Amino acid sequence: MAALLASFDIAFLITSVLKIVFLTFLVILPLVAYSVYAERRFSAVIQDRVGPNRTGIPLTLFGFKKDIQILGIGGLVQPLADGLKFFLKEDFTPDSVNKFYYWLAPALTMVPALLTCVVLPFGSELQLSDLNGLLAWAGLPGFTENVKSVIADLNVGPLFIFAIASLGVYGIVLAGWASNSKYPFLGGVRSSAQMISYELSLGLSIIPVLMIFGDLNLSKMAASQDANGWLLLPFWGDSAPWQNGWNFGRWILLVPIFISFCVFTVSMFAETNRLPFDLAECETELVAGYHTEYSSMKFALFFMGEYAAMIIGSGLAVTFFLGGWSIPFAPVLSQLTGLQFHYVPGSTPLLLGLLHIGTFFAKIIVFILFFILIRWSLPRFRFDQLMKLGWLVMFELALANVILTAVIMAWIPIK
Amino acid sequence: MATIIVQRPKLAWHEKWFLSTLYKGLKITMAHAIRTFRQIVKREEKVTMEYPEQKWDASLPSYYRGAPALVTDEHGRERCVSCQLCEFICPPKAIKITPGEIPSDDPWAKVEKRPKAFEIDMIRCIYCGMCEEVCPEQAIYLRKDYAITGESRKEMVHDKERLYEIGGMRVGLVNKWNELK
Repeated sequence: MAALLASFDIAFLITSVLKIVFLTFLVILPLVAYSVYAERRFSAVIQDRVGPNRTGIPLTLFGFKKDIQILGIGGLVQPLADGLKFFLKEDFTPDSVNKFYYWLAPALTMVPALLTCVVLPFGSELQLSDLNGLLAWAGLPGFTENVKSVIADLNVGPLFIFAIASLGVYGIVLAGWASNSKYPFLGGVRSSAQMISYELSLGLSIIPVLMIFGDLNLSKMAASQDANGWLLLPFWGDSAPWQNGWNFGRWILLVPIFISFCVFTVSMFAETNRLPFDLAECETELVAGYHTEYSSMKFALFFMGEYAAMIIGSGLAVTFFLGGWSIPFAPVLSQLTGLQFHYVPGSTPLLLGLLHIGTFFAKIIVFILFFILIRWSLPRFRFDQLMKLGWLVMFELALANVILTAVIMAWIPIK
Repeated sequence: MATIIVQRPKLAWHEKWFLSTLYKGLKITMAHAIRTFRQIVKREEKVTMEYPEQKWDASLPSYYRGAPALVTDEHGRERCVSCQLCEFICPPKAIKITPGEIPSDDPWAKVEKRPKAFEIDMIRCIYCGMCEEVCPEQAIYLRKDYAITGESRKEMVHDKERLYEIGGMRVGLVNKWNELK
């Protein structure tokens, strides 16, 4: 027993737990809550309304002059009020439902969505050896090396995400099936058909990316984009022709990468049940789709699962195509300013590590705002149009794209 | 009648594939979002009115139909003679009248009848104004009150006292079919 305990790397365990707590409870869940708020406010301004602007910490009750506002935008505590409302609602289980699956379904949408975030590199690395003095004072061993800003640095990152994320379909299908009601049933059936047809193109669309990187490790992908230019922005490092002996391979590869990005984004919209592909929910025809019979926290779990899936999907798209945590033109910036903006394995200052984390989430937030903007710009597809798009366009396009990338890479070998 | 066959517009390939149309849509939504965002931040005149602070009472049209109420004439006499026409015409059956006789020693004994109880269930009322139209004595009018709230069903039933409180006094003969009421 003692030998078993001694075999654990306690420092690794503690840092892992801290990273899990930081990422899921301090970043992803608040981000979920605030993306709901952002969705409501952004939809409101698109429709020339004001949106939820009243919920605030009532500082005026404590004698302050004004409630907290940023740029005159009120309602910043709305997510808390929403959460409180969900807690106070009656958790109602209809008599006619299949109880076991009815209770299982919400967890099955939320858990995979949160589970996939373990392989996302949300930053480069953190130099925590500055804390060693404090740790030594507390009688603990200090940090000998930098802490990587990723919970599990798996070598099968994208495959792991796709494997776990597709489990989320079960939540929706089970919810539709177990509810024993026509609208949820239709929603569940639609969702399963939709997910199956878009998962293919989602998986195929990133094969060109994997071919270019030659690696399945997401942190290494982000690091190589930091050094050699983002996939969609190849203007520094090895990808820039003026630095690699006038090899235009990466610039020509922009064509398949852009197709790949479009297919990936569209498939992700379908995968996360967002408009214009929200046929599983479809308020105008199916009441609320698969979660019609759900109330209170069970409904909230579906809701949070959907937004968490959105955040993870955006994180994945950002890591593949937009450089993950890397700062645009980082090596160039470093040269110009003399400060370090690019990632050097093993010697990244703590501030730069934090800046990388900030950059990653800034990119995710921009992507989520894009999600919301698309929601109000495109009408919902009809179901047959959706299936046609999935099977006859996206799938073929992704497949042809793989061949196109292969041909280009064989023609002009990139560094 | 001649039939007009409207041709569907022929879409170009880029419109069919949501390329130019997506761009147009994004332009419209972004323009609206930015304009309204700037209005909110700069606290300019907005499209929507922020209801409890700003009310549109001043700009209510003359024909606005709010809560129905009973009125008295210039002598303080209840105009209603409890003929129950409004009760019978009321589409959602919101009105309930208990007719009563006026005792012979009353100064208005000649009127013979007045309502003993007059109740309008404001949960049922649909503000159609039929009671106002049908009333031969011009005793019931739709006022401009629209925020009728209560914490129980009972509170939402307006009794006679409340109805006269909302209605108040209506002086002189009112030509209810005229443009100007």
